[in-house]
Amino acid sequence: MSEPRTNGRPTGAFPDFVLPVAIFIAAIAGWEAIVRINKIPPYLLPAPSLIGETIVKDWPLLSGSLWVTLKITFSALFLAIAGGLFLAILFSQWKWVERSFFPFAVILQVTPVIAIAPLLLVYLDAQTAVLVCAFIVAFFPILSNTVLGLASADHNLVELYELYGASRWQQLRLLRLPGALPYFLGGLKIGGGLALIGAIVAEIAAGSAGQGTGLAFRIAEAGYRLNIPRMFAALVLISVTGIAIFLFFSILSHVLLGRWHDSQRSRET
Amino acid sequence: MSVLATLRGISKTFGNGTLAVDGLNLDIGDGEFLSFLGPSGCGKSTALRMLAGLMPPTSGSIDWAGGARPQVGFVFQEPTLMPWASVFDNVWLPLRLRHISRADAARSIEEALDLVGLSAFAKVYPRELSGGMKMRVSIARALVTRPPLLLLDEPFAALDEITRFKLNDDLLALKTELGTTVGFVTHSVFESVYLSTRIAVFSSRPGRIVASIDIPEPLPRNEEFRLSAIYADHCRAVSAALHTAMEMNIDAPQQPAVPR
Repeated sequence: MSEPRTNGRPTGAFPDFVLPVAIFIAAIAGWEAIVRINKIPPYLLPAPSLIGETIVKDWPLLSGSLWVTLKITFSALFLAIAGGLFLAILFSQWKWVERSFFPFAVILQVTPVIAIAPLLLVYLDAQTAVLVCAFIVAFFPILSNTVLGLASADHNLVELYELYGASRWQQLRLLRLPGALPYFLGGLKIGGGLALIGAIVAEIAAGSAGQGTGLAFRIAEAGYRLNIPRMFAALVLISVTGIAIFLFFSILSHVLLGRWHDSQRSRET
Repeated sequence: MSVLATLRGISKTFGNGTLAVDGLNLDIGDGEFLSFLGPSGCGKSTALRMLAGLMPPTSGSIDWAGGARPQVGFVFQEPTLMPWASVFDNVWLPLRLRHISRADAARSIEEALDLVGLSAFAKVYPRELSGGMKMRVSIARALVTRPPLLLLDEPFAALDEITRFKLNDDLLALKTELGTTVGFVTHSVFESVYLSTRIAVFSSRPGRIVASIDIPEPLPRNEEFRLSAIYADHCRAVSAALHTAMEMNIDAPQQPAVPR
């Protein structure tokens, strides 16, 4: 008998997170080593240590940009959640509303935001245009997931509610909304990441024409000045923001669904 | 025995043209345990759903003793619980929908859970329960309003035999204690004989009642009854009626297999 295995990986004394963390650290160390050994100049590829230094050194500048990007991302996400949830509930209550308005949502979704951005920049000031772009990309997954969730109520439960004379409002509040929660949270995980991507893409599109001071603007600006370490520093901050958003919604899912939904529970083995 | 419901000439045609139930005539006595027995697709579930008011009959009438349909408790083939709500909150549902607060409903809920032997599981979520226990929660939910009529649509079909026998006994005990009228859909001859005071045997396509068989032995019944000669005799008689019903079905003119 060999030692017990899960998913082909030996189970040992180490907790689950040790291996991925170790490999990540090894990858960063490898990057550092390659840059140092080959004496790659920082304007081609800066070492991780230099990127770290740049983040610290440029922090006053970068933190201001990070704040702008965060503000736009979360404003857009908030609007997308409010709009997506409201519209999804409207769609679930009146089928004709869904049939009439869903095509518009699809058109907004399938048109690449990078193609809409220049037009929005003509009509709106740069900040608002960036916000609208981020909203457009974050909105659709939240809407379509929630619509699916609201429509997925167990038919027998719907009949049971009707048997006991439940009002539409009771059916929505006690049956459809709780049932749609896992779908809604799935949409949030996608939408949260997309809001950040939308904000960055739109700001890049706005380019030097915009008065934006978000992280994407810093990347573009540092690019013109061949300040490659700062480009990487801004990139790291964007990545960390994306990871933080994802982790936040994963934890939120776990807290809200932990006790009842299969997605949050490990199988008994 | 007074009559609770009178069904006359009940027919149901579905949207796709299927005639599920055809000319159903039935009197349901107050306090009886009436089983609807028949092969799959014979319209017995459809009849039960029309009785519950979950779907209207295409034609015919259902008259109730009190003038209107009484409060009905309904149990589906699946437990049909809300996975996000605890056992307690699932049983609360029928009262909650009548705007009775959790505190005001607490006593009724605890009584209903007590009836099905799940008092200790009030705070547990459905996914932590076995199939048989989920079904007990479903029955507790149906009983929490103390309905005069309890309708069950093949509730134990998905359970193993040991659990099914136990739930059969518990259902009979509940029925005896509460005096509820029970409508019970099943495709098991043995289950129907064990539980029922009367069995309505259905033939299929279209569904109609071809025999009504009384099982006069007093309720509740026990393992002794299940092993008795009387039980075996009843089973034989009901089986024969069911076979006749199915042969009628084979001989009956169906939709032609080949276009004429």
